[in-house]
Amino acid sequence: MVEKKGVEKALGAVQAAAGRVPSVRDLVSQSTFPYRAPTTPLSVEPLPDERQLGADYDSGWARKLPARYARYFVTEGLVRPIIAGLAQPERRGLDRLADLDGPVIFAANHHSHIDAGLLITSLPEPYRHQVFAAAAADYFFDTRLKATASALVLNAIPIERSKVTRTSADQARELIDQGWSMVIFPEGGRSPDGWGHPFRGGAAYLALKCDIPVVPVHLAGTGRILPKGKSTPKRSRTVVTFGKPLVAHEGERSTALSRRIEAAVAALADEATTDWYSARRRAAAGETPSLSSPQSGVWRRAWAVSGQRKRRTSTKAWPDLGS
Amino acid sequence: MPRPGFVLDVDKSTPPILFHHGEGFRLEKLPAGRSRVIYPGEPLDALDDVEGAIADALANPMEMAPLADLLTPGMKLTIAFDDVSLPLPPMKRPDIRQRVIEQVLDLAAAAGVDDVHLIAALALHRRMTEDELRHAVGDRVYDAFAPQGALYNHDAEDPDNLAFLGTTKHGEEVEINKRAAESDLLVYVNINIVSMDGGHKSTATGLASYRSIKHHHNVHTMEHSKSFMDRHNSELHHSNWRMGKVIADAGVKVFQIETTINNDTFGQDGPMSVLAKREWEWTTKDRVSFIGMQQGLKRLSSPTRRKIFQGHRAPYGVTSVQAGAIEPVHEKTLEHCFDQHIVPVEGQTDILTMGLPYICPYNVNSIMNPILVMCLGLGYFFNMYRGKPLVREGGVLIMTHPTPWEFHPVHHPSYIDFFEQVLADTKDPKEIEAKWEKQFAEDEWYRHLYRTSYAYHGVHPFYMWYWGSHALKHLGRVIVVGGDNRAVARLGFKSASTLNDAFEMAEDVVGPQPTITHLKNPPILMADVK
Repeated sequence: MVEKKGVEKALGAVQAAAGRVPSVRDLVSQSTFPYRAPTTPLSVEPLPDERQLGADYDSGWARKLPARYARYFVTEGLVRPIIAGLAQPERRGLDRLADLDGPVIFAANHHSHIDAGLLITSLPEPYRHQVFAAAAADYFFDTRLKATASALVLNAIPIERSKVTRTSADQARELIDQGWSMVIFPEGGRSPDGWGHPFRGGAAYLALKCDIPVVPVHLAGTGRILPKGKSTPKRSRTVVTFGKPLVAHEGERSTALSRRIEAAVAALADEATTDWYSARRRAAAGETPSLSSPQSGVWRRAWAVSGQRKRRTSTKAWPDLGS
Repeated sequence: MPRPGFVLDVDKSTPPILFHHGEGFRLEKLPAGRSRVIYPGEPLDALDDVEGAIADALANPMEMAPLADLLTPGMKLTIAFDDVSLPLPPMKRPDIRQRVIEQVLDLAAAAGVDDVHLIAALALHRRMTEDELRHAVGDRVYDAFAPQGALYNHDAEDPDNLAFLGTTKHGEEVEINKRAAESDLLVYVNINIVSMDGGHKSTATGLASYRSIKHHHNVHTMEHSKSFMDRHNSELHHSNWRMGKVIADAGVKVFQIETTINNDTFGQDGPMSVLAKREWEWTTKDRVSFIGMQQGLKRLSSPTRRKIFQGHRAPYGVTSVQAGAIEPVHEKTLEHCFDQHIVPVEGQTDILTMGLPYICPYNVNSIMNPILVMCLGLGYFFNMYRGKPLVREGGVLIMTHPTPWEFHPVHHPSYIDFFEQVLADTKDPKEIEAKWEKQFAEDEWYRHLYRTSYAYHGVHPFYMWYWGSHALKHLGRVIVVGGDNRAVARLGFKSASTLNDAFEMAEDVVGPQPTITHLKNPPILMADVK
């Protein structure tokens, strides 16, 4: 009886204590400025909304020392283990980067949101922590949360996809001049069906303007992990193949260089799905399969790309229904 | 386009207002419907080409020949410059004094002038340290002149280096630095952070002795300076202008260079930038940095907080440079000052509130002791008006400041005795002046510390008290919120724990439902009260 009273007393004390602890909702509703956003006095004309998102987002803070330290820990402590678990990447061609010195542009094909993380964590030092990503302003910088996360984790800068602006290019040039390397997906967006899109000229333009090499990179298998339209990632193997750095020829125009970059990535794709020598021979003969899809119906393009996948065959003929 | 200052009528939607509180801040909700807040103007656009503006001012001075034409080989040239009390807070390098002095010296070098002295015109302020001098004039100038003893602090107590130039028609004695007085040309390099600075005051006060300064730094003058920020209605300035005439009549040729700076006290980014913003325009980033700053400051010791704040260097932009004869130059300077500072205000108020920051002209790299709190509030901030005081006669002034009973023993030795001894006896400025001033002003120990250490002159705390005498005479009550009770009581003021308590206490003096005006300063503003 005594014990029961003691327990009741203790329970009562716990309930009373719990009653004294304000709920999160209470805290939010009771909080005042500056914990809450200020209200504008009635007699004052509010400031016009200055657009600070999208292409106007200033990601300069992400290059400052505290953010760089934070990114280092996020990249090494979070992104790399997640990528290792999800994508189990096999990295090829890193030896081709041995002679590089100074900033470069890493130009890769694009299937999935995981591409940037996979590519950045696959980069060797010193590039891995001295790199920024060009990310679509309308997608990665449309909300404050996404913009902050993109800038912090990927060191991303916003790039306009819908129109050509000098702002993005000037910002990228400035960073390259400061010694930062760049990760860019010249297709301008993720592939909806596993096939690539024609490369846009941004990477080539910057390489010419900044007089730096472009490293073509092919990412294989990321479309199976997090394809466009999916939000839940699925574990799958990936291959990251680095190509030989491309340097612009004397007097080469950006369209020509862009075509060479696309061809180099296509050759790497060929190399990833076949073998190096075969791929080189097809490249020499001008027979490298294009990254872009054949001009055919939707189901035929999907069918064709599915043929590239190595399917896991189940040994079980029947589902395990238990005994 | 920077927005001018304005008066906000407080309504229910008005967020709490930021009050400075020494090395900290308070957010205070003001009563809706009967309160208003005077906001300073945003920083005016700075000159794009400061070097070009300086060169232009020296080449095309007002009512004087170009500086290059005034410089000749074999001449005696003295360059005097404003001391550490300007600007507040100190500006980021390069200081505008350095930029002006370097150009003046370039011209002097081209003219083959060998005999050049540079003097920090500090009047009865403490001497500047080497670091402070280097900050003001730059390393190149310092290294070229200081080792030869040609760059030094003015000494207002050195009888061998003072020259008596005569008396004004009001019987005011004029005694200034001998080197300056006997030079073929005195170039004065000034920074006008407020309209009180500059003009004849630069030389007549900055390079003067106690014998001379006491004629205008007294209770009578200060009570008749309404305000001392409004030169044409300031007895302080009238006296200095009379002295300026004596100086000119004595043959001292002054080439005045005045500069004005904008309101960019806290910068456009960084954690301090929020202090210059209007509260309803605080972004999430502003609020986060403010909360972070508040929480961080709470956890720091007072000396650490002081060190952090005193380390702040303001990114002021230079808005004008003018050179030539003192009076036309100063009139132009005042125009630029008022362009930045003036905010039109309709009518007076029953209660004036102000948040006092961590710095005033006399505690740069030092401690803001209670006497300086009084001087900043009742002297400087109260006098930031043109026309009529913001608060009606018999009204109440409420200031927020921790007001610690704390003094810098090296910088402010006579302040300690003034606080302990004089204020314990009386708070009445006239009585203090009559009974105590001479004793402190002529004290040999204070004089020694002023001349050889880094102490303010023995009489300086008296001047601080006189600086507030117009306000003391005008106000019905002064209340300090969040101050040290003992220190506030010693000042003769009332203490309140919260602003609401202070409002209740004020109602005993001004009646119920009083009108309230908050002077949101800094950044600096000056109310033009109709």
